[in-house]
Amino acid sequence: MDNIAGSKNSLTWLTSIATLLLVLMWLFPTVGLFVSSFRTVDQIGSSGWWSALSTQEQQNGAIRLAGEEVQDGDLFVIEGSLFTNAGTEVISWGTSSRAPTEYEPGDLAELSRDRTVTVDELGNFRMTALESQEGKRLPRVFTTTSSPPEFTLDNYRFMLFDPENSEGMAKAFFNTLTVTIPATIIPILVAAFAAYALAWMDFPGRALLVAVVVGLLVVPLQLALIPLLKFHLNIGIGKGYLGVWLAHTGFGLPLAIYLLRNYMAGLPRDIIENARVDGATDFQIFMKIILPLSFPALASFAIFQFLWTWNDLLVAKVFLIDSTGQTTVMTNQIVELLGTRGGNWEILATAAFVSIAVPLLVFFSLQRYLVRGLLAGSVK
Amino acid sequence: MHPAVLGLVTIAVAVVTCVGYFYLSNLFLDKVLFPAKGPNAGRNINRANMIRPWLFLFPAFAALGLYLAYPVFETLRLSVLDRDQGNAFVGLANYQQMVQEPKFWEAVRNNALWLLIVPALSTAFGLLVAQLTDRLSWGNIAKSLIFMPMAISFVGAAVIWKLVYEARPIETEQIGVFNAILVYFGASEPITFLTVPFWNNLFLMIILIWIQTGFAMVILSAALRGIPEETVEAAIVDGANPFQIFFKIKIPQIVPTIVVVWTTITIATLKVFDIVFAMTNGQWETQVMANYMYDKLFRANDWGVGSASAIIIMLMVLPILVWNVRQVRKEMR
Repeated sequence: MDNIAGSKNSLTWLTSIATLLLVLMWLFPTVGLFVSSFRTVDQIGSSGWWSALSTQEQQNGAIRLAGEEVQDGDLFVIEGSLFTNAGTEVISWGTSSRAPTEYEPGDLAELSRDRTVTVDELGNFRMTALESQEGKRLPRVFTTTSSPPEFTLDNYRFMLFDPENSEGMAKAFFNTLTVTIPATIIPILVAAFAAYALAWMDFPGRALLVAVVVGLLVVPLQLALIPLLKFHLNIGIGKGYLGVWLAHTGFGLPLAIYLLRNYMAGLPRDIIENARVDGATDFQIFMKIILPLSFPALASFAIFQFLWTWNDLLVAKVFLIDSTGQTTVMTNQIVELLGTRGGNWEILATAAFVSIAVPLLVFFSLQRYLVRGLLAGSVK
Repeated sequence: MHPAVLGLVTIAVAVVTCVGYFYLSNLFLDKVLFPAKGPNAGRNINRANMIRPWLFLFPAFAALGLYLAYPVFETLRLSVLDRDQGNAFVGLANYQQMVQEPKFWEAVRNNALWLLIVPALSTAFGLLVAQLTDRLSWGNIAKSLIFMPMAISFVGAAVIWKLVYEARPIETEQIGVFNAILVYFGASEPITFLTVPFWNNLFLMIILIWIQTGFAMVILSAALRGIPEETVEAAIVDGANPFQIFFKIKIPQIVPTIVVVWTTITIATLKVFDIVFAMTNGQWETQVMANYMYDKLFRANDWGVGSASAIIIMLMVLPILVWNVRQVRKEMR
C-alpha cells in the first residue's frame, strides 16, 4: 500500500529525518550529563559538553611561580614548568589580574625590583632577579591556554571509592540496593496468590474486589504518609528498612494484583480444568502450573517495582531516612548534593549517573517485559 | 545487624512465611476443618472450597486495607483535627486556614497548568513518534531511545535538565545548552530559567513531558498496530492522503486508548513531587500540591493543613478513580 502514491520515497525520507530529530532531542540532555561525568573539573567549567571533543581554550587562575633558585653569573634564576599535563599550550599570559593576556608566549615581562619573567608556549617559565629571592614571595602568572580534550575516570573514583569523601555514593548505593530487593520480591509473593484467587476461583464478591484493586491503583500515596508513619511509630518499627519495605509492598500491591490477575485470567482454561480433574488441589495448581506459566507477568511487575523503588525519593524520605542520615538512599543524596554543590557538575553528573546506570541497564536488557507490562497494566 | 544481612533475612522470612501460610492453611482446611472423607465428605469439600478463596486473598487484602484504604480515612480524620490543641476536633478550620494562604492558591494554579499541559503534550508527542516509527526500518531503536527516560528517576532527570538550564555569568563560557544558544545569537545576559516566574513552570513541565512521552508512545504504537488493515487500505483506494488517513481513519479508531494514556499521565502529573522538590523546591512561584503538602507535613509539622491538602489531591484523583472502576465493572460483566 505504500507504493500507491508515487511520493513513497520522499515521505519515507521525511519521516526518517523527523524521527532522527526527535530522537536526538530526547537523547541530548542525557548524553550531556553522561559526557560531563567523564570530563575534568577545569574542562567542564570552561566549555559546554558538546565541545568536549575539540581543543579546550581556557583562562586559568593565578599560578605562583616556584622552584629551585640557581645563580647564573650575577643573576638569580628560577626555572620550571607551569603545568603538569602535557599538551597544554599557552596562547597568552600576563602578570597581573588586570591584564591577564598582556604578553605573547616568549615575551619578556619586566617586573618591579629588577625582576623579569618569561613564559614560553609550552608553559616553561624563566624568572631572573638581581638579588636572591630566598624567603620572598615570587610573582604570580596568569595564563590563557589551549589543551587537548581530556577524559577521566577520576570523578567516578572520587564519588565511589574514595574513603575520605563524606559525600561518596558507595554507601547510598548499597542502601538503595538494600531497600529495593526485598521491596520487589515480597509484593510479588503476596500478590500472586490473591491474583490467582481473583482470576480462577469462584466466590461471591469477586467482581467487587477487582474493582477495589482498580480503585486503589490510583490512590495517591501522599495520603498514606502520616497515617502510616504514625502506625509504624506506634508498633515500634519506627523509621528504618523494615518500614520502607512494608510501605513499598503496600503501595506496589494494587499494580501487582492487577497485572497478575489480568495475565492469569488469560491462561487457557483447559490446563487448569484438566489438572482439577486429575485431583490437583488449588495450592498445587497454583504452585506447579499457574506460577511457572505466569513468568512473563511476574517479570513485568518485578521490573516496574524495581524501577519504582530504586528511583523513589518520597517513600524513602518519609519511612527510611532518619536524622542520623546513615540510611540515606541515592536519590536523597543527589538532592542534597544539588543543594550544597550546585555548580560542581563533576560531582553532580557523576552522582546522578551512578544512580541512573542500574535502571538503564535493567531497562535495555529487559525492555520486552517492561513494554508487555505497560500494555497489560494501563486500565482499558 | 548489617542492613544487607537484614534484607536477606527478611526476604527469606517473607518467602517462608508466605509459602508456609498458604500451604499450612490449605492443609488445615482440607485435613482438619473439613476433611474430604467420612459421612459428610461432599458437604465438606463444598465448604472448604467456599473458604479457600479467602485464604488466598487474605494477606494481600489485609495489606491493601492497612496501607492504602485505612490511610485515606485516617487522613480525612486528621484533616479536621488540630494537633496543637491535643487533637481537638476543629471542623473545617484547617481547610479555612489553607485557602487563606497564597502559597496554596499558587499550588492549585500550577497544578492546573501541569494538568492541562503535560498530559496533552506527552500524548501528542507519543502519538507523533508512534506514527512516525510505525513503518520505519529502525523504528524499534528510535522508540527504545525515546522510551529510555522512563527508567531514569525524577531526581536523575532533575540533574540532567539542570545542566541544560544552567546559567553562568556572561563573561564566562555558557555550559547550559539553552544559554549557549542565546548567547551565541547575541543575548546580552544569560537567563536563569528556573527563577523566571510563570515560565519556570513550563521549564519544569518539560522534564515530565520528556519522561512520559515514551510511555504514551509505547501504548499508542501498539494501538496503531492493532488497527485493521482493511480500513486503511479502503481509505487509500478512495484516494486519501497520508494526513487524512492519520487524522480521519487512524485516530478515531484509537480514541479509547488515547483516553487511557491521557488519564494515566494525568494521575502521574497530579502526584508530581520529586521534580519540583529537587529543582526549585516550590520557590519562584513553582509550588505544586504534592510539594506544598510535603512542606506542611514535614517542615511546618502541621498535620492538619497537610492532611487537608492531601485530601485535595485525593479529590482531584477521584473522578478518574470512579471512571476507571466503572470501566472495569463494565468489562467484567
